[in-house]
Amino acid sequence: MQDAFLELIRRASTQLPKDVLDAIDAYGRKEAEGSMARNILGKMIENAELAEAKSVPLCQDTGTLLFFIDYPKKTPEKAIADAIRKAVAAATKKGYLRPNSVDPRTERNTGNNLGAGHPSLHFHQWDKPYLRARLLLKGGGSENCGIQYKLPDKRLGAGRDLEGVRRCIIDAAVQAQGQGCAPGVLGVCIGGDRGHGYTVSKEQLFRKLDDPNPDKALAALEARCLDEINRLGIGPMGLGGATTVLGVKIGTANRLPASYFVTVSYMCWSCRRKQMIIRDKKVRYA
Amino acid sequence: MPKKIQLPVSEADIRALHAGDEVEISGIMVTARDAAHKYMVEKKPDYLHKVLNGSMIYHCGPVVGKEGGKYRFIAAGPTTSIREEPYEADVMGLYKVRGIIGKGGMGPKTLEGCKQHGGVYLHAIGGLAAVLAECVTEIVDVYMLDEFGVPEAIWVFRAKDFPAVVTMDSHGTSLHKAILDASTQVQQELYK
Repeated sequence: MQDAFLELIRRASTQLPKDVLDAIDAYGRKEAEGSMARNILGKMIENAELAEAKSVPLCQDTGTLLFFIDYPKKTPEKAIADAIRKAVAAATKKGYLRPNSVDPRTERNTGNNLGAGHPSLHFHQWDKPYLRARLLLKGGGSENCGIQYKLPDKRLGAGRDLEGVRRCIIDAAVQAQGQGCAPGVLGVCIGGDRGHGYTVSKEQLFRKLDDPNPDKALAALEARCLDEINRLGIGPMGLGGATTVLGVKIGTANRLPASYFVTVSYMCWSCRRKQMIIRDKKVRYA
Repeated sequence: MPKKIQLPVSEADIRALHAGDEVEISGIMVTARDAAHKYMVEKKPDYLHKVLNGSMIYHCGPVVGKEGGKYRFIAAGPTTSIREEPYEADVMGLYKVRGIIGKGGMGPKTLEGCKQHGGVYLHAIGGLAAVLAECVTEIVDVYMLDEFGVPEAIWVFRAKDFPAVVTMDSHGTSLHKAILDASTQVQQELYK
């Protein structure tokens, strides 16, 4: 299982998902010929091709490793966690990951990406007979653009409804400018407590860009936000253009009557997500 | 066509650059990010004068490999620059650094620093780690590796035709501020 996770990490770090590549390509064609925006989007595709061919990280910031694991009853959780930790240390040694874990008390980098909260593991036991592991590599620049709103919000004129949520999402994109490596993907959670809101917003980032929201009202809001944010003119890397985000994905979690949080997680254009299924000892990646 | 810049570079050559200019930089430059900036401003280490004078600082925490006793950059794109806003203008003045390369742009203090000390801010494409690592031909030296760890260490390296765009110049122009202002205006229209 350790080798399977090592390969999952390698693929996540070095291969940009096809739907993301296709989206960057399609948006690039819409930018004016010879423009800086079009040139930058083209370079992004060049980088993805080079990283995959050389099996080197797409981005030097290999980020926080967020694992979402769904596992069958017969597999002990601890065995999975142990295999992941060993795979993370091995992947760091092989240069698929940058040593990225710093103890804030001593300021020492642990050197192997292991430490309190690293990697970030989310376990969920399910009734299916196979294991599903989803991995997101989320860089620090994009993580720093995450933001949580508490509605109502006077500055945005945002009340406790989907119009208020729309205002928050647009504001998050304006505040991020190019800092999170635009054109990014916005993962949003409406509701939840503060901590859970961020978790749900990040889980949204596993959705493919063309995956429509099953809730009609949220699907409409996703489409509207995508269109409106791309009218802001922020553009690739915040240097101007019509491509500011590649997608907006919205999930929900129940809230307390007293609280109404809107949480936005920004994922950079280098949207490194990979999935692995282990069934009857056979491993499949997607 | 991008303008070629060879390091070390003179103040006059840097003052001739304007926001929007595309450049390709060759020569010896230095990585520095969060821990290094705090260190340069608080401890003012003397040994950095020699490498930084007339050179450029690259905001980057690379993935580094070692082969046959020699380091090399495996992945080396820019990191977010704005975190160094409290320090950068002082670093430019102190060490006569002529350019800051990073992503996302910087604020008014650095813009003023560019004006006062004769420097520019250059934007490299974020996430372009594999492509930009190819522009690094040699690791010349490294400082504070044990103290700061690999991403935060001060790496001295030789670059060849490193691509970037001037987004803040020594004449007070910042493309970042212009785009922030314009997008904030569109935001208000979307709220109507």
